[in-house]
Amino acid sequence: MAQRTRSQQADRIRHLLETEGEAIHAHASASNARRYETYGTTDDLEALRTEARAIKEDAIDRLPDLIETVRAAVEENGGTVYVADDAADANAYVADVVESRTDANGTTGDGDTPSVVKSKSMTTEEIDLNEGLEAEGIDVTETDLGEWVLQVADDTPSHIVGPAMHISRPEIAELFNERFDPDEPFETAEELTRFARDHLGEHIRAADVGITGANFIVADSGTITLITNEGNARKCAVTPDTHVAIAGVEKLIPTLSDLEPFVDIIAKSATGQPISQYVTMLSPPTDSPTLDFDSPDESITAGGEPADEMGNPDRDFHLVLLDNGRMDMREDDQLRETLYCIRCGACSNSCANFQSVGGHGFGGETYSGGIATGWEAGVHGQESAAEFNDLCTGCSRCVDACPVKIDIPWINTVVRDRVNRSGESESYDFLVDGLTPDEEAGGIDPGKRFFGNIGTVAKAASATAPVSNWLADAGPVRGLLERTLGIDRRRDLPSFQRESLVDWFEDRGGADASRRRAERAASRVDASDGDTALDREVLLYPDVYTNYVDVDRGKAAVRTLEALGVPVRVPDLPESGRAALSQGMIATADRQASRLYAALAEDLDAGRDVVVIEPSDLAAVHREYERLLPEGSVERLRANSYEICEYVYGLLENGADPSALSTGDGAEPVAYHSHCQQRTLDLEAPTVAVLERCGYAPETSSAECCGMAGSFGYKREYYELSMDVGERLASEVEGAETVVASGTSCGDQFETLLEREVPHPIELLAPGGYRA
Amino acid sequence: MTVDTVGRFERALEGLEVGLERVPAAEATDRIEPIVQEPAVGAPLPFEGVALPDSVMTAPTNRELEAAETGVTPVGFAIAEYGSVAVESTADGAEPISLYPERHVAVVAESDVVPDISAGFDRLADGFADGRDSVVFATGRSATADMGDLVHGVHGPGDVHVIVLEDR
Repeated sequence: MAQRTRSQQADRIRHLLETEGEAIHAHASASNARRYETYGTTDDLEALRTEARAIKEDAIDRLPDLIETVRAAVEENGGTVYVADDAADANAYVADVVESRTDANGTTGDGDTPSVVKSKSMTTEEIDLNEGLEAEGIDVTETDLGEWVLQVADDTPSHIVGPAMHISRPEIAELFNERFDPDEPFETAEELTRFARDHLGEHIRAADVGITGANFIVADSGTITLITNEGNARKCAVTPDTHVAIAGVEKLIPTLSDLEPFVDIIAKSATGQPISQYVTMLSPPTDSPTLDFDSPDESITAGGEPADEMGNPDRDFHLVLLDNGRMDMREDDQLRETLYCIRCGACSNSCANFQSVGGHGFGGETYSGGIATGWEAGVHGQESAAEFNDLCTGCSRCVDACPVKIDIPWINTVVRDRVNRSGESESYDFLVDGLTPDEEAGGIDPGKRFFGNIGTVAKAASATAPVSNWLADAGPVRGLLERTLGIDRRRDLPSFQRESLVDWFEDRGGADASRRRAERAASRVDASDGDTALDREVLLYPDVYTNYVDVDRGKAAVRTLEALGVPVRVPDLPESGRAALSQGMIATADRQASRLYAALAEDLDAGRDVVVIEPSDLAAVHREYERLLPEGSVERLRANSYEICEYVYGLLENGADPSALSTGDGAEPVAYHSHCQQRTLDLEAPTVAVLERCGYAPETSSAECCGMAGSFGYKREYYELSMDVGERLASEVEGAETVVASGTSCGDQFETLLEREVPHPIELLAPGGYRA
Repeated sequence: MTVDTVGRFERALEGLEVGLERVPAAEATDRIEPIVQEPAVGAPLPFEGVALPDSVMTAPTNRELEAAETGVTPVGFAIAEYGSVAVESTADGAEPISLYPERHVAVVAESDVVPDISAGFDRLADGFADGRDSVVFATGRSATADMGDLVHGVHGPGDVHVIVLEDR
């Protein structure tokens, strides 16, 4: 499949926003809110996540052994295990099981077409099992109501857990009224559900074979675990005499005790329920009698007593374990983590972009949401992942949601990097080549290369401001930027400042002057109060945006620190690598990380604290540097670097006097949108605390992200999605007189949508005040 | 188990809109009777001195199972924390009897009500060791939101009652 052009992608996203966005947002954001609530009331949540993660790491590590263990266990129970290499292999095996069953016993129910009932399984979606069986003349009926709606509508899942989430009740009613022509038209969910239950009940009672997936498989007892709320998986497993369970090999866990944390957490992360209605743990063939509704007057228990340990002798059970690329993923150091996924959909629900477009936009051939990039790259190939991988902005909100702590943004970054490297060299490379002394091979999308090297671009633009700003705003230039780099012409471009923060700081006397200012401030406080010797010194990191675009927040940070008695240095420092990472340019980011660490080493040794204003740069240092630098270097950076308001909070907690700052009257309302990556670092709370300490009454936003996400909102194909996400956030705060935001992107997005200034919290707090 | 555990179980079931009655074994049959809506099917109750009401058919035919309004079954144990009952796959058909009819009446000995999921897994492991290795943790009523709003009683029961035998 060829990748879509920018304009095709823009059209597709616009279409999804209009047709599916509303229903998706309603369901996904509700599940996300319930997850927050349930996570919040689970005392041992972190321990549970850590344990679940450790079990998966161990299980994937010894997967070949577990396959042999489960084979022995299932065979001992009286069932069969088949390891299928790929989709065709699995489908052929299942068709063969169905045909052998009906050849031997005839078909159940009316007619002589073999029939299968299925419970929901993404793995069978992955292998297109239904199409495979239908091609062999086998009737297949989905019994999960959502999956059945899709089967009737000839549609595909838009969410891993709620596959028909994108279809509203009136749309389902219309579809069913047309298809089934009831005496009284369906209208309510109750009527639709009752009809579905009766209709599907008939199919289940008449089925020859029941097919289920498996959420987990306990290797040493051969126990498959099915998690459902409807009860259809139980019914498909218990009713026909033949049961086929199909699951990826990664679903194996060693023992029954390993199952406990997963049973405990999966419903919490998926839907915010404490536990699902039915946690079905079967070690088939089971002792339950088979149900033969063709012989209505026969007792259900007449079929024969269980023979020893072998379950009901009428029962036949097949476990199909699917490889389809998984064993290769296991060998891939970057994709391996994907195999820990328990398919709960929490990464989708917590994703602002997903909430707007759903899995038909943010998804590949089968899987959807953040983790889909790993799954699609592993089972369908990189091309399928490339179709939607850019929808992940790296906001990292899914990192807190994932029950097995998968670093989903990193998987997206890695796959983006691989996709970049697989492209053909494009003709616009000359435009950015001069500006972009990066480590990337040719072939990368020129827009990505431009944004990935934004530091170089900003430096050049600042040096030539304001001419560069006038030029950039000129119509013909915007047209060129849109055609070549994909920068949407509707988006205001950042206004580069001629005097950078670093230059301003030097002009006002540099580090020496800063020390004098800080000492003066401290002595004023000492005179009145006596004991505030804060023996700290700050190195304020001039991130690209603070240094060249939003210089005011940098000045506010310097003044605030000095007023609290802390001297500041603002040296010219290398980029953090955040911009490169967001474009999937890992080699460039790696080099930048090394350079930044080298540049900071002496200051770290001198005991200076590194303070960062832009949360995304701090997040790069605290999270992604794990992948780029030696552990010792990362630990050293992490232990000594702070977000600006977190640092101010620490100063206030250690005796600094807030009266030196611009304080509110104690109840002055402020709407505060923290930054997505800042939240993942657990750094929303310190800003809230500082605002409260300084006499403000902050109200925090609930939207996961602003939608701007660095370069994302500038891109032509994503402009409308970015605005859709941003509008939801803006609607939360539009009534507030004062709105503050920690991220540059968040501020830009707000200023576009609210048409007023939205400063960083530090600008509100700085001496002299923001409005002064 | 302690009264506290049963109290916790009751509160969890309340949140799930599942009724709980705590009864002495000697009165259990009489107390189950009015909850049963006929036609009713059941799996034999293994608790000493407790029988199914006469209106409940054991070893039902397939036709009777399909037509039944109520299914009465014993459950191996219950988990107070979540309000879950553990339905075992047995040869007398407890699993389909608890699943097919619109109403499920689950009968559990009070000594089998365990406080939390961790204790539940201990019980599960004991059962597995004894060969009872197919179990459903059923919590509340069958539910779906796939048709646009939350509806109860989809493929499984839309109405669940739990009888706790206080002296068993």
